[in-house]
Amino acid sequence: MFRYLIRRLLAAAVIMLVITTITFFIFFALPSDPALLACGKTCSPSRLAEIRHSLGLDRSYLTQYWEFFKGLFAGRDFGDQSVRIHCGAPCLGVSFQTDTPVLTTLLSDFPADLSLGLGAAVAFLILGVGLGTVAAVRRGRAADKAAVGLALFGVSVQIYFIGLLLLYLFVDKFQILPTSGYTPITEDPAGWFKGLILPWATLVIVYLAMYTRLTRSSMLEVFAEDYMRTARAKGLPAAKVVLKHGLRAAITPIITIFGMDVGSLIGGSAVITESVFGINGIGKLAVDSVQNSDLPVILGTTLFAATFVVLANVVVDLVYGLVDPRVRLA
Amino acid sequence: MSTTQSLTGQTTDRPTGENLLEVRGLQKHFPIRQGIIFQRQIGAVHAVDGIDFSVGPGESLGLVGESGCGKSTTGRLITRLLEPTGGSVVFDGEDITHQPPARMREARRNLQMIFQDPYSSLNPRHTVGTIIETPMRLNGINPPQGHKKRAQELLETVGLNPEHYNRYPNEFSGGQRQRIGIARSLALRPKLIVADEPVSALDVSIQAQVVNLLQDLQREFGIAFVFIAHDLAVVRHFSERVAVMYLGKIVEVADRESLYTRPRHPYTHALLSAVPEADPDAVERRERIRLAGDVPSPIDPPSGCRFRTRCWKAQDKCATEEPPLARAEGSPSGHLTACHFPEEPTLAREEDIVLDPALGQGLPIET
Amino acid sequence: MSVQTSPQPADVTPAPAPFLDVRDLRVHFPTEDGLVKSVDGVSFTLEKGRTLGIVGESGSGKSVTSLALLGLHKGTRAQVSGEIWLEGKELVALPETEMRALRGRTVSMIFQDPLSALHPFFTVGAQIAEAYRVHHKVSKKEARDRAVEMLKRVGIPQPERRVRDYPHQFSGGMRQRAMIAMSLVCDPALLIADEPTTALDVTVQAQILDLIRDLQEEFGSAVVIITHDLGVVSDIADDILVMYGGRRIEYGTTRDVLKQPQHPYTWGLLQSMPHLTGDVGERLDPIPGTPPSLINLPAGCAFHPRCAYKGWVHEGRCTVDRPELRPVSGTGRHIAACHLTDEAKHEIRDGVRKGA
Repeated sequence: MFRYLIRRLLAAAVIMLVITTITFFIFFALPSDPALLACGKTCSPSRLAEIRHSLGLDRSYLTQYWEFFKGLFAGRDFGDQSVRIHCGAPCLGVSFQTDTPVLTTLLSDFPADLSLGLGAAVAFLILGVGLGTVAAVRRGRAADKAAVGLALFGVSVQIYFIGLLLLYLFVDKFQILPTSGYTPITEDPAGWFKGLILPWATLVIVYLAMYTRLTRSSMLEVFAEDYMRTARAKGLPAAKVVLKHGLRAAITPIITIFGMDVGSLIGGSAVITESVFGINGIGKLAVDSVQNSDLPVILGTTLFAATFVVLANVVVDLVYGLVDPRVRLA
Repeated sequence: MSTTQSLTGQTTDRPTGENLLEVRGLQKHFPIRQGIIFQRQIGAVHAVDGIDFSVGPGESLGLVGESGCGKSTTGRLITRLLEPTGGSVVFDGEDITHQPPARMREARRNLQMIFQDPYSSLNPRHTVGTIIETPMRLNGINPPQGHKKRAQELLETVGLNPEHYNRYPNEFSGGQRQRIGIARSLALRPKLIVADEPVSALDVSIQAQVVNLLQDLQREFGIAFVFIAHDLAVVRHFSERVAVMYLGKIVEVADRESLYTRPRHPYTHALLSAVPEADPDAVERRERIRLAGDVPSPIDPPSGCRFRTRCWKAQDKCATEEPPLARAEGSPSGHLTACHFPEEPTLAREEDIVLDPALGQGLPIET
Repeated sequence: MSVQTSPQPADVTPAPAPFLDVRDLRVHFPTEDGLVKSVDGVSFTLEKGRTLGIVGESGSGKSVTSLALLGLHKGTRAQVSGEIWLEGKELVALPETEMRALRGRTVSMIFQDPLSALHPFFTVGAQIAEAYRVHHKVSKKEARDRAVEMLKRVGIPQPERRVRDYPHQFSGGMRQRAMIAMSLVCDPALLIADEPTTALDVTVQAQILDLIRDLQEEFGSAVVIITHDLGVVSDIADDILVMYGGRRIEYGTTRDVLKQPQHPYTWGLLQSMPHLTGDVGERLDPIPGTPPSLINLPAGCAFHPRCAYKGWVHEGRCTVDRPELRPVSGTGRHIAACHLTDEAKHEIRDGVRKGA
């Protein structure tokens, strides 16, 4: 088990290195010139060169990459004699726009993503697996058709539509909920919860569909297994056959997808939901940074998201080993 | 059958006595690797571990044994679907042990294989005609009557309707699919067919149909067979010579008469005694040997004689010294046994041998 | 257990009712292609301590019969009719909740492939203990001890350690032993074994068959063994029921059926099997054709399209009249469903022996 973990972590490190390199060169090969943007309307060539130099853009790509890479482990200093910004390890660079280290921004935005992503994930996992199980058990009957229909609805609607509809209904029309948004849980737990209800609901509606269908098909596959017949032949009650013997086996493929979804949600992939509900999360940060050609932030958000996806993968593998005794030896 | 003459014409001009297939010291070890980044080998599955045998033209050799004995691996090594780890395979005078596939063409034509599973060994998207013609086309064989006519002749040879040429495998039953596989293997007029459990996936009544078909083909076209099966009765029925395998080794080989009536290896005795027969009188007549446990792992096979861990005659010598496959005293020539303490050449036995601790104990269990 | 105190069906004769009495059992499955009559009018009886072998090829309905004995068709689309009397209780009409109380306790089953029939994610011990706790109010510890005891009884070495293993850590033979341990953990009165040795090697098969026989003597249960292998039934069964196309075609004691087979299908099964002794020059005599479709069973005798002897029966009766099961003269309760006269059968059998 320990060897397995070490191997998975080493592999994850290699993947991160490759991702870092690729993102770095893709973004720095972009045609836009951040120095020009920073320089503003009254830009003289000497001022432009000065900015270039202070941003480190006048050096070769390889040198820049090396500096960036070094910064990841040792931290680095930016700016000239007048303004000096220290960026501690792991340094992802300093925003061209705000002059703050990227990681600081990321970490301050992160709790919003964590709240939004984890909360929604727990809800759509439980609801999806539950609905899927009911659909599988009642295959071909009304409950199954309702669950499948609901799933189809969730797949076909857009987040924009759902989000705005929910906002209109619950906030404007009936005024059941306050305006959505993110309040840190440490400041106001109730506000945190109320503000996130609609964003969670939006994500749940969209993700629920896939989890219901996945659980349903996985369950139906398991129902056909010989060991399910054995469980009935022992005299177990039907509910125990389904929930203990069936779900235990059917949940395995769902774990993989769930891990990936949680990883990318926490890493800021709920961009649209964030912008509909005005939550300042990493997804929104990424979109803004692209609009402003703020290269360090683009790079930072990409790497941050990638880290969570890769970590989620490692966790999925470990959980897989716990759930399925047959893979433990690997 | 219209194909008889051309097929036999090809095989009868071989000098008798010369072996079609010569296998010497054949080995296959599947490595087991482990490692964090660099995989290193930590062991090997000794699937086949140094076996010798030969098959003459038109002869049938049976390979029999339980799962994990290496009989199927042996079949795949002979047909070079697997690369041998050691030893040599000489087919039709040509050493094909490490022949690269590109240069195997000649041998491939004369050396065909029939597989166990009639469901997975035929491409479901190809018609029966295509399946049978493909080997001919790949080998640049253009029969005078044309590919289609030849394929239809082959269908007829194996007892299928030639009009089914354009059908797909899923339209056939298991037994019929096995016939299609046989027709495909016949397309190149091979000298040797390796048949790996050709009937074990079929119903009893269908098994007999396929066994009879193979026997007819062997007799009519003089095709040699390596017949691999776990069913001792089927092997006896089909093969003049039979080799018994255990954990990657041949433990006994003899002509069928000698092997089935005067076996010398304790394992052969155990195997024969375990076969259930549909004759209520046979139960009383036969010796009763019940081994304990299962076959040991081929990753770390027992030292010396591999059967010693389950053998009732094992002594210290069996653990230290591997018994050679040789003629035991009292055996006819050609009957070879790898045992230090061979059994009497008879199937009669005074007392039952029951090694399984769970049997015959009558331990009462309180409920 | 031999004293019958349980209520009897009204129409039964005062003679002691058999332990297991299956009457005119039918299991039909509606499908898009039509009604699949997997089991179509099967009857048999079985006493405690005795073994019945049900023999047939794939699609003969033998496995579907065994699932009906456990009531496992309840809650599915299968239509089950007929009667199954077990110790005076009728199982076909029994509600699922009551049937559930019998499953695993009074009737239990050994399945064909122990690797797929055991749950891959639970330890062997947990699965055996679970089977015990369903029917007994005991602590987890007691159930576990019982599992260890059962594993020991079926010959698993180091049962205290192996009880914590998962099925994939067991060899094929050990898995089937664990399956047997699980099916016997509640000391059932009726044990059904569906192809219990088909997935096993021949030496292991012999061990398992002997084990089932030993345990049967010890526990005094009745055993129904389902198999395609006449060798296996010859080894273990007292009676044989041969099924074809979901119906009985021959039924009698093992000795009668194997030594004096009366139905051409049984002849065919016996003659298509190669033997360990005797003449090897002899060709096998296979049954031509393939098993019938259970949706459109041939009219008359279901076996007639594959039967070589229908010419011996007058006026093509085989293709029109379905033969009734008739007692075989000179035997106790050997019955067979064939239109051939006794004289014709003698003549045919003599011919086969001479030709051999």
